[in-house]
Amino acid sequence: MSDSEDGWFADVPSDDPAAAAAAVREGSAAAPATWPERAVAAGFADDEADYYDRLREATTTAARTAVREREGADDRQLVHAVRAMDDCLRVANELAERVAEWAGSTRETAGTGVDYARELAAEGDDGDDGDQREPVVALARRVRDVDDEADALRRHVERTAPEVAPNLAAMAGPVLAARLIALAGGLEALARKPAGTVQVLGAEEALFAHLRGRAPSPKHGVIYAHEAVRGTRPDDRGSAARALAGKLAIAARVDHYSGERKPELDAELADRIERIQARETE
Amino acid sequence: MTLPEGVRRHDFDGEAALATRGPPAYGEPTDGEWRRWDPRRSKLGAMLERGVETGLEGGETVLYLGAAAGTTVGHVADFAGPTYAVEFAARPTRDLLSAADDRENLFPLLKDARKPETYAHVVEPVDVVVQDVATRGQARVALANRRFLRDDGRLLLSVKARSEDVTGDPEAVFDEAVGTLSEGYEIRERRRLEPFHDDHLGVVAAPR
Repeated sequence: MSDSEDGWFADVPSDDPAAAAAAVREGSAAAPATWPERAVAAGFADDEADYYDRLREATTTAARTAVREREGADDRQLVHAVRAMDDCLRVANELAERVAEWAGSTRETAGTGVDYARELAAEGDDGDDGDQREPVVALARRVRDVDDEADALRRHVERTAPEVAPNLAAMAGPVLAARLIALAGGLEALARKPAGTVQVLGAEEALFAHLRGRAPSPKHGVIYAHEAVRGTRPDDRGSAARALAGKLAIAARVDHYSGERKPELDAELADRIERIQARETE
Repeated sequence: MTLPEGVRRHDFDGEAALATRGPPAYGEPTDGEWRRWDPRRSKLGAMLERGVETGLEGGETVLYLGAAAGTTVGHVADFAGPTYAVEFAARPTRDLLSAADDRENLFPLLKDARKPETYAHVVEPVDVVVQDVATRGQARVALANRRFLRDDGRLLLSVKARSEDVTGDPEAVFDEAVGTLSEGYEIRERRRLEPFHDDHLGVVAAPR
């Protein structure tokens, strides 16, 4: 908007903070200049102190708006949701272990896992006041709540991932699609990654061990959860993971740059995986 | 080595530590107006702690590249003059904004330090460029931002070896970065920032 000789304040009326913020965000210049002096000389500010006050308002408003826009983007929201879902699952499991261990000390029939915590919470609901106040039962209820929250977040992810990344969600399933976007740091970041990186997202520890020469290269990261990898016999999983990552990378690029749904991508993947799984073992 | 005006060793519960005077920003220990500047959380703090001759006197105009959540740049704004804080990522900029709320001389810019033309229309020529960006090509970023430095200005750079090459020998990475930097700067001092930051090099340089 401003030519390369001008400061951010060049076309901004003194009393228009929105225009000032927009100029900070969108303007450019080849080189810096003594902007405070020039702004005073041009009558934009009364003196240097006034200039800095205006500069501060313009830069903070510009940064705040830009942050809100970027953070509010749908893929950012999806990233938060899937991370929250994984947090809830992890915490529910962890607390459920504690519930099982604790309950096992007073009950002969104590089981394990989130399912048992749910049972115990349900018993507490039916039982008398004494049961309800028992600390281990109260804890079991919290497990149930957190696990319910994980379910609600999963439904949310399943609903929103196809809106954010239709091809990726169709190919990977909404939850895996969301995890890939989260690991890459956004849909654009994922779209810029080469297939080889997509293949090992989530296996960073193994990858760095490999780069330092201490381990074989990881065959797959979170894409292991995909049926195309898990459903292939171990010897061919590397091939399957490579093929899948290649198609996922293309899907992410289509989603980011065009957003149009291309069902033929799914068919190509299904075809590749079928051929890999049909290989004869030698 | 002398500390800049506005920075001093202050006693916090019997322990002398770097401190600046300003509103608390991130839950750091405070004593009256003084707030502790932890060298383990700040590369510039580590440079001061390690006795690097930064040439900082206080009151300078500063361009800070890689401001992140504003931990260090908040301390800088406490003792410096107009302070321009460039950060590329949206999430940490949220915290940077709250540090900027309490500081009249701190100007946050959500910009990419590799593209100086996107903020040259806002930033004036400065006395000091502080750079702490964890991206590949850190020396190139410093060269690209040389245009902001006055002739007698200073670059205070922290190079993170792991950002250039995760497996390479840090000293070799530092030599290469310093070599690139020499295309536009005269190197005044280089010093490793251990024990505060592993595999980081602090560099003081002046524009050629």
